[in-house]
Amino acid sequence: MLETERMDCSMMKVTRLTLRPGVHLTAVQTKKFKSSVLAAHFLTPLSAQDAARNALVPMVLRRGTAEHPDLETLSAALDELYGGSLEPVVRKKGEAQCVGFVGSFLDDAYTLEGERVLEPAAELLAEVLLRPYTQDGAFCPDYTRQEKDNLIDRIRAQVNDKRQYAQLRVVAEMCGDEPFGVDRLGSEESARAIDAQGLWTQYQRLLGEAQVELYYCGSAELERVQAAFAPLVDGLPAEGTRQTVARPAKKKAPRPPRRVEERLDVTQGKLSMGFRTNTDAWDEQYPALTLANAIYGGTTTSKLFMNVREKLSLCYYASSGLMKYKDVMLVSSGVEFDKVGQAEGEILSQLYKCQTGDFSDDELEWARRSVVSTLLTTLDTQSRLEDYWLGQAAAGLEEGPDQLADRVERVTREQVVTAAQDLTLDTVYFLKGRE
Amino acid sequence: MVSKQYPRLGETVFHEILENGLHIYVDRRRDFQKSYAFFATNYGGMDMRFRLDGAWKNTPAGVAHFLEHKMFDTQDGNALQDLAANGASPNAFTSSVITGYFFESTDKFFDNLEILLSFVSIPWFTQESVDKEQGIIGQEIRMVEDDPENQVFYALMECLYDHHPIRVPIAGTQESIAKITAGTLYSCHKAFYIPANMVLTVAGDVDPEQVCAVARKILPQESGVPIDRDYGGEEDQRAAAGEKELTMEVSSPIFQLGFKCDPAVRGEEWLRRELTGELACEALLGSSSPLYAKLYGEGLINKNFGYGFEVYPGCALMAAGGESRDPRKVRDAVLAEAQRLAREGVDAALFARIKKGVYGAKVRGLNSFENACIQLAQNHFAGVEYFRFPEIFDAISQADVEDCIRRWVTPERCGLAVVRPGEAG
Repeated sequence: MLETERMDCSMMKVTRLTLRPGVHLTAVQTKKFKSSVLAAHFLTPLSAQDAARNALVPMVLRRGTAEHPDLETLSAALDELYGGSLEPVVRKKGEAQCVGFVGSFLDDAYTLEGERVLEPAAELLAEVLLRPYTQDGAFCPDYTRQEKDNLIDRIRAQVNDKRQYAQLRVVAEMCGDEPFGVDRLGSEESARAIDAQGLWTQYQRLLGEAQVELYYCGSAELERVQAAFAPLVDGLPAEGTRQTVARPAKKKAPRPPRRVEERLDVTQGKLSMGFRTNTDAWDEQYPALTLANAIYGGTTTSKLFMNVREKLSLCYYASSGLMKYKDVMLVSSGVEFDKVGQAEGEILSQLYKCQTGDFSDDELEWARRSVVSTLLTTLDTQSRLEDYWLGQAAAGLEEGPDQLADRVERVTREQVVTAAQDLTLDTVYFLKGRE
Repeated sequence: MVSKQYPRLGETVFHEILENGLHIYVDRRRDFQKSYAFFATNYGGMDMRFRLDGAWKNTPAGVAHFLEHKMFDTQDGNALQDLAANGASPNAFTSSVITGYFFESTDKFFDNLEILLSFVSIPWFTQESVDKEQGIIGQEIRMVEDDPENQVFYALMECLYDHHPIRVPIAGTQESIAKITAGTLYSCHKAFYIPANMVLTVAGDVDPEQVCAVARKILPQESGVPIDRDYGGEEDQRAAAGEKELTMEVSSPIFQLGFKCDPAVRGEEWLRRELTGELACEALLGSSSPLYAKLYGEGLINKNFGYGFEVYPGCALMAAGGESRDPRKVRDAVLAEAQRLAREGVDAALFARIKKGVYGAKVRGLNSFENACIQLAQNHFAGVEYFRFPEIFDAISQADVEDCIRRWVTPERCGLAVVRPGEAG
């Protein structure tokens, strides 16, 4: 069933197909790259209850299959496919948790004997997703235990990168009663509670009830791509309905803003500020918000970078970033403990400048060039393109990076100011040192 | 301009030799939004002794790297900022062999190219700015000296080599850079930053003729004289020292195990040697080899284990390293496996598999403009067209790979460097 087909500005044809209710394929056909990328993901609404279990599923699946029961034999199979890769991936797109695999293989055009890689690569992907190595009708307890330990290590390691950690924390505080507040890997406690049997049940649920997103980027004809994915699609349970993930709700910031402080063993303070934007990727005014963010703190020519960091030397770093599929913008900075009040004041006063139109035409154009360039180079990098289309698929949106870039080109100064005026401070999180 | 097609890679490369002797390669990539330019000189950390105006000259360690830092200064300010204002992302690096300057941009490519060619070819140093840079580079050297990965690498070089300048850290030492003056920088720039000793490589959807036109407009007319260098005479086949140990603050021992291989001559043999060496690494140590499974299973190596084969002017080596509770056991197991392979040969199915794996990785590596441009430049200096690698690769046999292991992975050619946990000393 053909839904949409479009040629983008770098001559790539993008097709979006519904193969079955709840099972979709995004195919990007191009001869630009030496690799073809194949991906398969299960999409579910983020929930504190399931996040860790879902995250663990691809990690355990990657350990072995019925035909290739361990890492060595899987490595050999990948070598056979010209040194391809098949990576387990867990991502958060808006309030969707996406778990699955991204594979990168030599494109058929470049094999030594003209042999095909697409079909065996898609078969290997199907094998990993559908025919795991099992013991007594469930996941192998050894693999489950080892990967569960790895998952717990990864969750714990989040505190190592204090900059990243402060951002995770502000989101958790700000969106505590929204699905968006749940981390993509889930919590340590819920990870601890997982056993092989429970994980197996969750895996069956993903197979039967989750939205499935398949992705291809490479030189093959659409018919071949569909045929290559057929074993995977046919292997999914046919009965039952697959849930779609709803557009996240918007919220107003509390008055006054929430304030949270924590102490850890740090020598430099981390100040993270969460703002409500009243705008997300579905909205008409989203391109204007991307420019407001870029002028404010999204680039090295932005107000936060030039003033708070360079001119006033208040912060070691200060930048802002948007959550594309959620009405949230984060400002992240590193400050001396005793300068935090001053830094917060300056961060807000720079925002006020954006809201009152106090930015030059140069600042607007530098921001526009930066946003457009980032969007257009997405078309040049297969991994970024895959990530872009997964986000759009989770959101049910079909606009390509070049189309969004076109809209950004047309945004006016007034629209940027209007978007900036919608930004309201919701939560201030400060990480300081131990006394 | 000559255009050459490489059908097995799906690439077309335009090549021109300018009147001043500069080679330009443009890898035309249709339908890409970004473009990439790489301007390099055949001058790196190794090139400390050379002949200029008829006389042999000795320079302190670290000059090439120091020059790289200072080249971004221009009479009007700083080229990094000029490029950033045009939306380009510029950077540079110095290796043992070359110094390269580059940028990527989606807009104003030719303006950016003018800036690149201009700041690299026009030196602008003052004693004051050189003094200031000494502090900055001094900090960088201290940071590198605290880095166990880096220390273990140079310890391996000292194990393997008696005098070859690959032993010398690229950035030099606090003492060596203290001897660098504005005069040193000017004379080394004059010697090595000449069209005859440089190359420009570009990847992107850009007009190759216009690349040449910009280079003709900006760069000097004179070719300059190619420079003779002295790396101190041929090295013995044996490793200079069997083992070296250091102590630093690390959580578990880290090691680098190396084998001293014969140097390769310039031309296709150079690239052939590199590819054969990489296959030998895979057969001996790769993630689907029997030795890897054994070492991993016994907990002697972990996921941080890595390996590679490097060819430099006047030397070549195979190296493998990572974390291990018992690096000597790893070395002994590698030597034993090499002996077994020398005796029984490599498993034919394994060889077929790794040959595909390495080939696929090489071709896929060309997705990166940066990698394509750097490879084109480095191989140009080595006297070979990089994009000929598929044909060279085809001709490498299982016997070639076995021969490489048999000749070079031996106890006499082996060095082991270890950083053990403890107080730094």
